[in-house]
This record gives sequence, structure tokens and C-alpha cells, in this order.
Amino acid sequence: MRFVAALLALVLAACSREAAPSASVFHEDGFPATLSEWNLLSTANGVLTLSPGVTPYDLATPLFTDYALKLRTVTMPKGTSATYRAEDAFDFPVGTIISKTFYYPQTGDEWTGDVSVGPEPTFAEGAMPLKGVRLVETRLLVHRKDGWVAIPYLWNENQSDAHLQRTGAAIAMTLHRTDGREEAFTYVLPNQNQCAGCHAVNNTTRKISPIGPKARHLNKPSTFVAGVNQLDHWTLSGMLTGAPTTPAQAGDEDLPRNASWTDETESLDARARAYLDANCSHCHSDVGAADTSGLDLRPWIALGPKYGECKTPVAAGGGSGGRPFDIVPGDPDQSIFVFRLATTRPGDMMPELGRSTSHEEGVALIAEWIREMEGGCG
Amino acid sequence: MRLIEIAGASALILTAAACGKKEAAAPADPAATPYQETLMTQLLDAKPGDVIEIPEGKFAFDRSLSLAVDGVTIRGKGMDKSILSFAGQVSGAEGLLVTASDFTIEDLAIEDTKGDALKVNEGENIIIRRVRTEWTGGPKTENGAYGLYPVQTKNVLLESNVAIGASDAGIYVGQSQNVVVRYNRAEKNVAGIEIENTFDADVYENVATDNTGGILIFNMPNLVQPGARTRVFKNQAIANNRANFGHPGTPVATIPAGSGVVVNSNDQVEIFDNDIRDNKTTNIIISSIFSSGLSKDGMSADFDGYPEGVYVYGNRMGGGGKNPDGLDLQALKIAMFGPMGALPDVLWDGYSDLAKQIDGATPAALRICVDNEDAEVINADAPNGFKAPALATEKLRCTLDKLPAVRLANGLGD
Repeated sequence: MRFVAALLALVLAACSREAAPSASVFHEDGFPATLSEWNLLSTANGVLTLSPGVTPYDLATPLFTDYALKLRTVTMPKGTSATYRAEDAFDFPVGTIISKTFYYPQTGDEWTGDVSVGPEPTFAEGAMPLKGVRLVETRLLVHRKDGWVAIPYLWNENQSDAHLQRTGAAIAMTLHRTDGREEAFTYVLPNQNQCAGCHAVNNTTRKISPIGPKARHLNKPSTFVAGVNQLDHWTLSGMLTGAPTTPAQAGDEDLPRNASWTDETESLDARARAYLDANCSHCHSDVGAADTSGLDLRPWIALGPKYGECKTPVAAGGGSGGRPFDIVPGDPDQSIFVFRLATTRPGDMMPELGRSTSHEEGVALIAEWIREMEGGCG
Repeated sequence: MRLIEIAGASALILTAAACGKKEAAAPADPAATPYQETLMTQLLDAKPGDVIEIPEGKFAFDRSLSLAVDGVTIRGKGMDKSILSFAGQVSGAEGLLVTASDFTIEDLAIEDTKGDALKVNEGENIIIRRVRTEWTGGPKTENGAYGLYPVQTKNVLLESNVAIGASDAGIYVGQSQNVVVRYNRAEKNVAGIEIENTFDADVYENVATDNTGGILIFNMPNLVQPGARTRVFKNQAIANNRANFGHPGTPVATIPAGSGVVVNSNDQVEIFDNDIRDNKTTNIIISSIFSSGLSKDGMSADFDGYPEGVYVYGNRMGGGGKNPDGLDLQALKIAMFGPMGALPDVLWDGYSDLAKQIDGATPAALRICVDNEDAEVINADAPNGFKAPALATEKLRCTLDKLPAVRLANGLGD
């Protein structure tokens, strides 16, 4: 056994990477050429680890991105915290770095571009084994004095670091669905301007902001700390101030809360609204880039023309799919929502960016939700 | 020993995994040319005042371009010389998306985008000049929706552009304010030129031909603003008889093939001094959203779907109405004018807002007035299921106050 231990030590030494934990680095300006310059995470020894002070989080219902799995982290300067807001993303202090790493389970030992749909490699106790995992990209949102900046990084071939990729990229992959179907697709890294396509949630001011870290998305049992609500954890650990209830009661129904779109104990309406919120409402709001359409998919908007019910498309073009209205209650096959979420034609699909495949399970949810509605369009 | 062997083997595998020594396939980049990176970087790094020059040549792109910096000019060497081709596009709903003010684009072409060719979403002082947008495979339903597409913009000049083959509108100005559209050519689109939910637009000296509908002035429900005050003058809307190839479900898919100029639900529209000829449904249509088959359930309650204050005079018209598109209009023509006859130059669907009438009459400023010499007007009686269509030439012969010319601010168009 001692020999085994010696071998392992040799293995670790062979990689000759600095593994000692050190703090992340905030760059006040510029676009550092490599992700490692931020020192948020490292991939030494076949394991992804986070630097001290880098906190992972997840969302009740996330944005769909071609079945990529995502590791989200937030890092704030020591002694600072985010301020709670009920609707918008929390107000994070200058110096905050939010990261989102997109990765896939790959089908073989060698990277061939073949990726599978889940099961989710787990990140637990500060580490995620990288065996069978392909890291694709890490996107940073950095809160500088003048506002948030989006900086995209593409992981290198040997997965040791990610490099600045401001103009985006297109990567050929093959998706292996759970039922065995294989589907070639192009994974697209957005360019830096396209980051603003979603993150400039107000198309008039065009200031970039985070989208995910909102109360309703974070209000769920923590995936990373057992037995505690994620919002409570943020408050208890000093990351969040101003949440309206004390920690003992936080996470209850008084706080905004989105359902998990896969949680069948939740109502169909709650699941569908959570899905449309996460995938659509950053543009389809009263001030977003898609306010040109008159469609507002923030979760508190009542069902009606504003939420798509019997609403005629305005500038959909082929996005109408030959169907008359966004939602035809009771008839998913006549509802534009279902068509635009299912199609992969770039000019027709919704969301406009961020996917090249069809999220069949999400489409099925929206179709089912519409099928259960009563009435039609008069 | 056996144990050690196994452990040794595992360790070797671990080494390979840990150090990532495996060589992986290079990422594929399906259609990109090196120039894609160059132009994308220029667009990302642009500073106010920059002029980005597009050289002569045809350049392929596989992803959308976008610009988010104010005060930038993109300038090519000519609409037939500097060509941005998106035939191999795999991502993005536009060719070029601009979210910036003080923007000028001129002298280049954008071809074969999967969605819209050029979209400008919010911004002031926008100039789009001598730009060609085209789907080179000819007019097809699968073509992108719009060629030139400024939306929610203010102070906008579109001049001397060419738009061909859009499956919605070649030139579309939506939800905007203070707009001049002049000297453009739109052909082989579903809608040639469309002004929608826009205040204060002058549309003049354009040519719209071989579209399904030539020039459209529309208001749609549920949007941030209605529209009003558009002048359409000195245009040529000729032989817009192309079969409608719009996507079913989109508003333009309801446009009858052979429509010269169409006003739908918009207010204060002045149509004068145009040549409007040989449009087989009819040369001018004035209609309400209520006759277009859209759902009343899907309209915001405050939407005013009636065309009001529409004034038609001094146009040179003829040769239209001989073969109207759609069963209702075909039946109407045959019933009233016989198989060899033609619909009059102006067709009104017959909708007017009864709630606004005073003593049974529409207030003067809200009337539809056609005072165009011997041009005839037919009221199709759509509100009553086309039961009692009748000529309404003399009933609608009246005049309205003329609209002022649009004056662009900040020297645009001078």
C-alpha cells in the first residue's frame, strides 16, 4: 500500500501545477488573456477546485444552453455583501466576479466532440472530478467601477486553462440524447457584444448586469451545503444583506420563488412560468431588447395578450411557424411558443442565442402547459 | 504483487487524465473566413468616431455581427463591391445587430442571412445609405424576415438602399419616430417598404415593384406605441403582384398579392403625387385590423384598430384591380364589375369607429378622404360580411389638413 501511495504522490508531482490554495484576483481593467489570471478555479490533478472565497451556487430553473452543464460561482471582496432585491438581480458590490463554466459529460475517454445529456458530474465539498468531463468555456461577469463587463474564455485542448475569446467561436459537437439518438450540432460561444444581448436587460441604458442571481432563482435548497436554503446560506455566510425575513424563516413562501422546471410536485403553471422566466424574460420584459414584440414573460405577468395568449406575432418572420398566435389555449400545435422553442433555425428560434439544439424536455413542458389551458382564441 | 500491478496501471491512467495529455480534435469552425475575426474584433473595439472600412470583396460569416458602441460608421466600397455573406450562418437572428446611436452604415451589401439582415434596436440618429440586402436565391418563404430593420429608433434616414427577397418587409421601420425613407428600391419582398407603429415618417421617391404589397403603413396592437403621421409621396408602387410568400401567421401573410399602397389601422396618413399602377388587387387599400382575421382576444383593450385621417389626392393611378387576390375580393370584383372588370383604384374595407361618431358622422379630422380626380373608391362592407359593397367615391370626396414635412434633426439628410 505504501507503494501505491508513492505512486499517487508521483502522479501529483508529475503535473507540476501550483495546487496551494490562493485567493482570486480582481482585475480593475483590461481583458486578461487567460482565465487563470483571475485565479478563481484550477483544474490540476484531474479535479476542478475553487479558490477560497469563490462560492458555487445554482438556480431553481436555469437557462437552457444545448444541454451544457454549468458551474456558477460568485466572488465578492472580503467584508462586502450583495444587497437583496425582490425582482432584479441582487445589487453586488464593485469587485464582484461572477463566473459560469459550461461543461459536458463526454462519451469516451478521448475528446471527439461527442457529449451526452447528463448525468450531472457533481461538484461537492469544493471539488469536481474532471474524469469524463469536457470543459468548454467560462464566462465572467466582472463588476468594475464603471459597471459590469462580460469576458468570455474558451478552454484549451488539454483543459489546463481557458483563453480569452472575445469574438466567440463555433465548435462542432455531437449530442447523444438519453434515448440513444445522436445529433450533430454547433456549440456557439457568443462574442463579447452578444453577451449584452441577454445581459443588457434594459435595452435603453444597455448597462450589463447579472441575470441569474435573483431571489426567485436562488430561493431553493442549497445544492452545495446540506440542509439549508441557498438564500439562507447566502445571508448566514454574510454574502447577502437585506433579505426581508430572518434566516430562521427565510426560504419560505413569502420570498419570490421559482419552481424547478423538472419538479413534478410543482404545478404545471409554476414550472412553465419558471422555464419561460429563465429562458426568455431577460429580453421579454417591459424594457428588454424584445420589448419591440410587446411580449412580456416576467413571471408575475398575468396570462393575456401581454403574456402571449392569442397574441399575433409582430416581427417574427419564419418564427411564426405558420401558426396564428403565441399561445392558443388548449392547442400547442397552433401555438408559436412551441414552434419557436423547438426549431433550431437561427432566424426563427427562441431564444435567439445560446442554443443550436432543441430542448425537447423543455418544449414538452410548455406544450403540456398550453394543452391544459382552457378556451381558444376568439 | 498483483495488487501493485493493478495499482500501477490505475496510476498511469490517472496520470494521463490528471495532466490532460490527450490530444483532442481541433474545434471546427464551419464557414468562417479569417475576415470574420477581423471585423468582429473591430466592432468590439470600436470607439465613438471610428469609421470601420469594409474592403472590396465577398466575406463569409457563420455567426451574427453586432455593434454596441455609439458614433460608429461602417463603410464599404459599394453595394456590389463589399459583400457580407451569411449563407453559412449557424447562429444569430440577424446578420448585423446594432444597439447604438449616431450610427451610419453605407455602401455595402448584406446577403443571405438566416433572419433579418440589418437590425438596429433602439438608437438615435441612424443613417442607412446605399446598402443592399438580398436573399440571392430569389424570393422564398425560408428567407429572413426583414432586410433593413430599424426599430424603436429616433431620427432615422434610410436612403438609396436596395432590398430584395425578404420574406416579410424589405425595408421596415417599426416603433420609431422622425423618419425619412427616400430614393430606395424594394423588389421581390412580401412587403416592399413598411412603416409600422411609427410617428412622423416621410416616404418619398422610392420604387416598390414586384413585391406582394408595395408600401405599407401599419399599426399593430400590443406595442409600446401606436403610429401616426406618415406622408407617402412621389413614389412608384408598380406591379406589386408577387404571390404572397410570407410565413402564415405573420401579419404580412394577410396582404393580398397585387396591393400597391396599404394603410392598416394607422392614422393621419397622406398619400399624394405617387405613381401607383398595375397592382392587380388594387392600387390603394385602406383597412382596419378588424378585417385582417387577427384575434380580438389578442389585442390590448386600448388599441385603436381604425384607420383615421387618411388623405389620398393627386396620385397617378391605373391598370389595377383586374385580378384581386383572395376569394372575398375576387367575388366582390365579379359581382360588381363583372369578370372582365376591375376593382377601383381605392378599396376601403368599410370599418370606421362608431363610438367616435357624433350625430352619425365621423368627426372631420378622422375621416378617410379620397380626392383624387376620377379615381374611384369602393367600400367593401367587410363589417357586414361583404354583403352590401358599394362605390363610395363621392361619399369619401373630402379634404384634410396637410401634414408638415418631417425635418430630421442634427443635419441628417442635409
